[in-house]
Amino acid sequence: MSAQILLRGKNLTRRWGGLVAVNNVSLDLARGSVHAVIGTNGAGKSTLINLLSGEFPPSSGEVELLGQDISQWPQPRRARAGLGRSYQRNTIYPSFTVLENCRLSAQAQHQQAWKFWRNAEADPVTQHIGHDAAVRVGLGDVLQRQAGFLSHGQKRQLEIAMCLATAPQVLLLDEPLAGMGAEETERMLTLLQELKQDHAILLVEHDMDAVFRIADCITVMVNGNVIASGTPDEVRNNPDVRSAYLGDH
Amino acid sequence: MDFATFLIQCLNAMQYGLLLFLVASGLTLIFGIMGVINLAHGSFYMIGAYMAYALAPVVGAAFGGEFFSTMVAGLVLSVILGYVLEWAFFSYLYEREHLQQVLMTYGLILVFEELRSLLVGDDVHGVTVPDFLNGTLPLNDVMTYPVYRLFISGVCLLIAAAKWFVFTRTRLGMMIRAGTNNREMVQSLGIDITFLYRVVFAMGVALAVFAGMIAAPVSSVYPNMGNAVLIICFVVVVIGGIGSIKGALVAALLIGIVDTFGKVLVPQAAGVLVYVLMALILLWRPNGLFKD
Amino acid sequence: MRHPSSFVVTVFGLLALWPVVASSYGVDLVAKIMIYALLALSLELLVGSTGLVCFGQAAFFGIGAYAALLLAPADGSAPSLLISLLSAVVLAGVYALAVGALSLRTQGVYFIMVTLAFSQMAYYVVHDTPLGGGTDGIYMYVKPALGWIDLDQPMHLYGFIWFSLLLGYVFLTQLLRSPFGRALAGIRVNEQRMKATGFSTYPYKLAAFTLSGAIAGWAGYLFAIKDGFVNPELLSWHLSGAVLVMIILGGLGHMRGALIGAFAFALLQELFQSEAVFGSYAKHWHLGLGMAIIACVAFMPHGLVALPKQFRERLIGRSTHPKNTHTKEEAA
Repeated sequence: MSAQILLRGKNLTRRWGGLVAVNNVSLDLARGSVHAVIGTNGAGKSTLINLLSGEFPPSSGEVELLGQDISQWPQPRRARAGLGRSYQRNTIYPSFTVLENCRLSAQAQHQQAWKFWRNAEADPVTQHIGHDAAVRVGLGDVLQRQAGFLSHGQKRQLEIAMCLATAPQVLLLDEPLAGMGAEETERMLTLLQELKQDHAILLVEHDMDAVFRIADCITVMVNGNVIASGTPDEVRNNPDVRSAYLGDH
Repeated sequence: MDFATFLIQCLNAMQYGLLLFLVASGLTLIFGIMGVINLAHGSFYMIGAYMAYALAPVVGAAFGGEFFSTMVAGLVLSVILGYVLEWAFFSYLYEREHLQQVLMTYGLILVFEELRSLLVGDDVHGVTVPDFLNGTLPLNDVMTYPVYRLFISGVCLLIAAAKWFVFTRTRLGMMIRAGTNNREMVQSLGIDITFLYRVVFAMGVALAVFAGMIAAPVSSVYPNMGNAVLIICFVVVVIGGIGSIKGALVAALLIGIVDTFGKVLVPQAAGVLVYVLMALILLWRPNGLFKD
Repeated sequence: MRHPSSFVVTVFGLLALWPVVASSYGVDLVAKIMIYALLALSLELLVGSTGLVCFGQAAFFGIGAYAALLLAPADGSAPSLLISLLSAVVLAGVYALAVGALSLRTQGVYFIMVTLAFSQMAYYVVHDTPLGGGTDGIYMYVKPALGWIDLDQPMHLYGFIWFSLLLGYVFLTQLLRSPFGRALAGIRVNEQRMKATGFSTYPYKLAAFTLSGAIAGWAGYLFAIKDGFVNPELLSWHLSGAVLVMIILGGLGHMRGALIGAFAFALLQELFQSEAVFGSYAKHWHLGLGMAIIACVAFMPHGLVALPKQFRERLIGRSTHPKNTHTKEEAA
């Protein structure tokens, strides 16, 4: 059974004036796999994720979601179609509780904005979805805590929960392990292993150990170009990668 | 409209536009470098105009040679005013949200207007053009054009050129531009950013005050003159585009043209035309004509 | 809907009882404050709840006021209150829709500047063109009527204004509790995140902007029928500034802050204008007001609503605020 390709980036290029941030990058995200993108600072990883998630359109190339060309779709539309994204910096809402954060995300798929007489707090659908998302990432016992008072690791978990609450098919995760200690990293990696069962995951990360443990496929970028792409073993043994990035391990 | 009238209106448009650019550049200087939106900027323009009126007899009696010495005295005072204001008030605004800056500087407008009312009263005043600039230039056998207006345009262009030179060719300009992008970095290089900001603010104030001073003979001196200028400056910035000096110049000239010809051709709608222009440009280019 | 809070009951109860104890000057004053309170509520929806700092609210207020007079029947009969009010609200809402559509494409400071500019545009239309009767303004000779409500009677007028304010308050607090209101709150905190989650934020902001303008128009309409007179100063940017001061004085992020702020601002204004306190300097009341505004924003940025909390924090010596400028939102 071949894995279903959920998200495809084809020959993506993005120029800012004279600077080429991403140059002719292609990659596939299949359900049931984690595809990691690694590279030094300035390699174009953030730009790539932004192109895929829709924060700006590509200068050339296409993005396909479930076979449909979404290159010109704005970000909200892509999110509603099943493309979830988490950010490198925390974008949680500090003054809302954990549950409220998740419920707000869940609301994106059930907007009904014109029903002004309804209380958002009483809505069973967002309650159910938000609750499940929070529990799934391991925040079940802090549902009523204000998100601003969570530990850093918990905030990163909440970041993922907010993503999950929109019932995405594809997860674009930008450095979810950033700033985490060993124990928190373990928890997050376990979560990602679970999540990859029914999602396609793109993982941009700096933590090399984590990447090599969990990724099924790794793409290495330098200065906007892909210099290698393949299984972890292939990448580890690739001479270009060794010299440009890993050093000689 | 015959050619001579058309030429006169063009020259008027240019003069008004360049004056606007002078004031607006002070506003964007302060906003671009310190991130402070200053509603009281129009008040500095008003202060300049009132200085031209109130200082002239005083300076003339003390130093003789009214016009230029009034200019110099006004400039010195405005730099001092800017320096003190930055130290006492504006330096506390850098870290605040825009809404707070807007309201605090709005309060400042009220304070300035009332202080002006207490010190100089509420009457409208005229300021006479100095004799040596009081002539007219013949355009054809019937029409002439006041030399003073050409003087205004010339001075504005000179100052714009001087600003460009300072910013792109001097160390001070380099430090200022560096300070915009990374405050901590500049500080760690040993440059006193507090002093730098104070200088920049004083420059911004001086630009507005000076504009008010040289405009006074043409526009006369009256209460609330600062507010009208302020809002038009905002339109200049919005039309010109985010952070763009070139945009501000183009926008100011455009507004000068629309306003001047509007007053002549459609006098009843003259006040509205500038905003219609802004609306049209926003329709076409939401971020203004030029992006930084 | 939730049961009304004690705050609502107390405030509106007191306001309802006020005419019983007050002089006719007092009744007129509070009627005016209630109108400004409604205007402040409309702005709170934009600034406090959605994070859109609009410096042009006076335009919608003024359009509502002018509509009350300009849309009166030519034959001099009393217009129907419902139709007249509805037209004013719709007209103000339409201008808000147009202004919003253009200005919401800008951000931050530029949004503030653009809203101010469009407000000035409306000001110049009524000030310069014969449409608005010029600087002299227009007088209303016949007030609208609806069945037994006779707006020439101060009590009826006061009651109608009181009812409008109550309606506006209840509607807006409910709106903020609704999914639409939660979305606005999310947009205020992090619009980018909302987009990434799947919310198209522009329609939400535009809807809030239009609604806000319509409610401001309602307030303007009330002002016109109360005084029977409108002039271009109703669209002055000084009024836009005053409303902003009201909501920050009361406290952003709370509808009741808008109410409190409107009353506090009106009292401040009365204080500085009072010759009993300031003697001959009373005519320079803008000076005191300006300094008070600066002081309030500088030392009480969270407004009067947050004073008890600010006080408590000073005593305890630590912050109970999470990393953000607003505390947990309460709709009322």
